[in-house]
Amino acid sequence: MPKTYSNPVFPYRRSPDQDGGGAHHPVVIVGAGLVGLAAAVDLAQRGVATVVLDDDETVSFGSRAICFSKRTLEICDRLGVGRPMLDKGITWNVGRVFFGERQVYDFDLLPERGHQFPAFVNLQQYYAEEWLVRRAEETGLVDLRWKNRVTAVEAHDEGVTLQVETPDGPYPLACDWLLAADGAKSFVRTALGLDFKGQIFQDRFLIADVVMKADFPTERWFWFDPPFHKGQSALLHKQPDDVWRIDLQLGWDADPNEEKKPEKVIPRLKAMLGEEAEFDLEWISVYTFQCRRLDRFRHGRVLFVGDAAHQVSPFGARGGNGGLQDTDNLCWKLAYVLQGAAPESLLDSYDAERVPATDENILNSTRSTDFITPKNAASRAFRDAVLELSESQAFARSWVNSGRLSKPAVLSGSALNSTAGAGAALPDAPLLKAGEAAWLLPQLGEGFTLMIYGGEGLDTIALSDDRVPIRTLRITSAQEPTIGDALVDADGLVAERLDLAPGQWLLVRPDQHIAARGDSVDLERVRAARDRALGKTTEAPQTARLAG
Amino acid sequence: MAKLKTDPRIADPDGLYEAIIEAHRDLGEAEGQKLDAKLILLLANHIGDAEVVREALAIARDTTEAGPETA
Repeated sequence: MPKTYSNPVFPYRRSPDQDGGGAHHPVVIVGAGLVGLAAAVDLAQRGVATVVLDDDETVSFGSRAICFSKRTLEICDRLGVGRPMLDKGITWNVGRVFFGERQVYDFDLLPERGHQFPAFVNLQQYYAEEWLVRRAEETGLVDLRWKNRVTAVEAHDEGVTLQVETPDGPYPLACDWLLAADGAKSFVRTALGLDFKGQIFQDRFLIADVVMKADFPTERWFWFDPPFHKGQSALLHKQPDDVWRIDLQLGWDADPNEEKKPEKVIPRLKAMLGEEAEFDLEWISVYTFQCRRLDRFRHGRVLFVGDAAHQVSPFGARGGNGGLQDTDNLCWKLAYVLQGAAPESLLDSYDAERVPATDENILNSTRSTDFITPKNAASRAFRDAVLELSESQAFARSWVNSGRLSKPAVLSGSALNSTAGAGAALPDAPLLKAGEAAWLLPQLGEGFTLMIYGGEGLDTIALSDDRVPIRTLRITSAQEPTIGDALVDADGLVAERLDLAPGQWLLVRPDQHIAARGDSVDLERVRAARDRALGKTTEAPQTARLAG
Repeated sequence: MAKLKTDPRIADPDGLYEAIIEAHRDLGEAEGQKLDAKLILLLANHIGDAEVVREALAIARDTTEAGPETA
């Protein structure tokens, strides 16, 4: 059915591991989807070789996750695929909400200037995956094995053993660490007998991707109870290649197999788009959803990421975006553990940081679902009351919930933080690099970064010779004299967004989250903050800002 | 400490009561429920302190017994 995209076929290749000899690898990733591929690229950029097993031989079939958030684009930029995602993706900032016949509310996600990436782009998941495959191959450290299906998993204290089925028959594989990125129906999770608990929603939704030339603006349109689809909700969203995502609520009683038939889908779409609308069906899917997660994402030597660890409703685009924050959080930790530069217990912080972040995603997407699908007469009364009021009463617009869109997690309670004001992902900002326009985040690199605001001060070069080096990044304000190719905060947005005054510093983790901040640089305090972020110190963290 | 004021504060309770009931006249059950919901939302926003609304909610819930269909 898809006309705008043909899935590439990645050929099965026989691995020498299949010739016996008890193959053993430091890291095996199960699942070459968005999240598994991102993990492979992230680890490769840190010098860690991986074997990636996937039971298929191509990328995602159908557009699936289409909304990639600003934070995801920043992560993907670090992985080398952010630019093409931005270039190909459809940038949108405006959302409109309709109730019945009328628009009741609109919003602008990023009215602020001075950001490299927009709040969201819409892009079919297969593009992101295809570029990640290419990037993974480029690194030379990712052994991608298509048509390799895991059929047995055995977890031990010191590693994991797998049985893998291929077109040439089965072979055994062993690893020190296993990343389970094998999706919502994770085989690894099932094989280990782990509970996946949460809430199932009694509702069905139809996704119809259609190809059409239409002059709707590049906005997210959401209808509650529209005239063309009475009593239900509808969503219209633009993707690249003239593909439009249409999402129609069907109710629990709808028959998923019937609803997928073109003779059933086309009249529904014509009711929405108009009798005269010309479109081709690109991809149809009927889905139900659940909000649930594993109790823990780390199970000894097995680490769960993405949908294998947690599932949310699609409202808010928190599935794929949440999954990429998982790998962003995990990969640098795993790399340091593998290098012997951090204790194994650092990986427990993956759990401690991503479980609350996941709960936030589940909470938000559950609340959206409850608003979109009222469960009883009272909740419908309140939902409709909010929508009717929102047209004339500005206050009510903030109560309208058609999905609270994914924002990066703030790891405020993390034991890896050394000071108050730590935990957030570093906001991006424009600056001048050797006189040329540049962005802050790409200056950070893959390791720890000490960001000092103000050109003068202590020599920090010794930090770059540590076992886990800390690179220094000096940013000068526009008022200071420029030294060499220093970074200049020409617009003052670095100081403003990062809340930095001259002389103050930030220690930034490899995943671009802030680990500590202080008033004047002291090498031992910076080192102590790094060591805490590496899970090496266990004494109670300081809760105040470090005062020099 | 309780923030919700529960001492009598309305000068003419009978008049306000009548106005509330009157507003429901000619409305079916669903519309009446929606009217009440709007009233709650408007007042909650006016109060502007979620803690006060939560206290009111707790009293309302605690003094309401579950009916046979929910018991």
